[in-house]
Amino acid sequence: MSGAGLGKGDELLKVENVSLRFGGVKAITDVSFDIRKGEIRAIIGPNGAGKTSMLNCINGFYHPQEGAITYKGIKRGRMRPYVAASQGIARTFQNVALFKGMTTLDNIMVGRTLKMSSPFFWQLWRHGPAMREEVEHRRFVEEIIDFLEIEHIRKVPVGKLPYGLQKRVELGRALAMQPELLLLDEPMAGMNLEEKEDMCRFILDVSSQYGTTIALIEHDIGVVMDLSDRVVVLEYGRKIADGTPDVVKADQKVIDAYLGVGH
Amino acid sequence: MLYNIFIDPFVQMAQMPDLLVQTLWEGLVAGVLYALIALGFVLIFKASGVFNFAQGIMVVFAGLTLVGLYEKLSPSTGQGLGAFLALVLTIGVMFVLAWTIERVVLRPLVNQPDIILFMATFGITFFLIGFGESIFGGSPKKMITEQLLLPTGAIDLNILGGRVIIQKLDIAAAVIAGLMVAGLALFFQYTRIGRALRAVADSHKAALSVGISLNQIWVIVWFTAGIVALVTGIMWGARSDVSFGLSVIALKALPVLILGGFTSVPGAIVGGLIIGIGEKMGEFYWGPLVGGGIESWLAYIIALAFLLFRPQGLFGDKIIERI
Repeated sequence: MSGAGLGKGDELLKVENVSLRFGGVKAITDVSFDIRKGEIRAIIGPNGAGKTSMLNCINGFYHPQEGAITYKGIKRGRMRPYVAASQGIARTFQNVALFKGMTTLDNIMVGRTLKMSSPFFWQLWRHGPAMREEVEHRRFVEEIIDFLEIEHIRKVPVGKLPYGLQKRVELGRALAMQPELLLLDEPMAGMNLEEKEDMCRFILDVSSQYGTTIALIEHDIGVVMDLSDRVVVLEYGRKIADGTPDVVKADQKVIDAYLGVGH
Repeated sequence: MLYNIFIDPFVQMAQMPDLLVQTLWEGLVAGVLYALIALGFVLIFKASGVFNFAQGIMVVFAGLTLVGLYEKLSPSTGQGLGAFLALVLTIGVMFVLAWTIERVVLRPLVNQPDIILFMATFGITFFLIGFGESIFGGSPKKMITEQLLLPTGAIDLNILGGRVIIQKLDIAAAVIAGLMVAGLALFFQYTRIGRALRAVADSHKAALSVGISLNQIWVIVWFTAGIVALVTGIMWGARSDVSFGLSVIALKALPVLILGGFTSVPGAIVGGLIIGIGEKMGEFYWGPLVGGGIESWLAYIIALAFLLFRPQGLFGDKIIERI
């Protein structure tokens, strides 16, 4: 799937002057930035800066009161999450949202839902087109399982897995959607060093092998600086910096936000 | 006393095998009907994590709609055609009902706690009672069994030195229920929509994020539950009459669900059979010891025992909770 003739480096998603309020609480105030095709874009900031709210706006869970989001050159109206999914936006969640009673394999298969289209009638009988389709998607899912090195837990209900592996399965489910834009909400939260290194490797591989555009929220600044092409920094719902890791690292406002500043 | 409880019933069973077979068969049939009701609950519970209190009234509503439409249609179309036209129209009505419930009740309550959705199904129950009564009236109606070409009458078997009577309708009920359960179990386990249903049951937001439309899934599952309710309504209605009192049998589904597991389609049928057979056997062989009436409470005692020792039921998904 190539995004409507977009080349690497073209603007895939543009957020313009977006504001989001919950009653009187301002979660996001007048934030603008863009995500270019093929890049790894990090969104960082202290707790409560509005990072997750931003992702929720992008994939349609929240609807900002002001501002516009343009995806693949088309300004979006109020949309539902499954519409965002059908347009090629996949995501993972801060505190893992998996189908806990289902196996790893089934969880990732669910990610293929949108790619399956055999008619209801055939599905009932598990014959003909439905069966062929099932086999074909199963093959794709097995590739992802190989890629993420989780063969050994294929048939384990994910509720039983340790946290680090659950995060990996969740990434697998998002990858199964063959997304154009992958949103990762703290993919490394709660992981030990080894797991973090694995996850970094997977994210870089996804980017280079599949050319997927990635937007990620992460607290580990070291990881962010290593992984990302460009970083946007939020604080109290406002954008305070935007640029390459080196630029952002040297920005006085960012240093103040992270280290605190005497008033 | 001990002799009466532990030995005498089994002696009776051995001495009069024909009575044993008759009791088992009646238990089996009651069990199939319990299983049908439980099935409606399981479907909705699986897909939305909601215990649908309205399932019992949906059974009544489907039955009343069928008979009511038949009464309106049959004078002009004749009996045979009228019955099947009414059946098709009732299926249509169940679809409209599912669609309306999704639109008016479920959609505004997405991401709310389960208890809120549970309370909403109470609302649906009372609405359907009022709506049904205002349209079809409150008096019991007779199910159109023959017109739907369901077999009537009984088979007399002379076996085991006695006589066993088997209603043909009961055989039909068992076959239909069996087919329906087998179909649904396969459907849930192996198809895309079945997987999507299970996914929605586990996590709404994750399901949304992979592109599953909750609205579509809910319409499908409430419609399926509506069809199950219709079949149940026909089968129960053929044995007694169709009246609002019938909705009380929905409560019998509770012990069945606890036994079989709230999330298991095969569990619903096995649970139903155990409760049905247990009840009839208990009533016939042990009932006289306590002056009868075991049938009305034995199921709940069995359920209580299960809650204590195996809360997820026989086939339910294991409750996995990481701390």
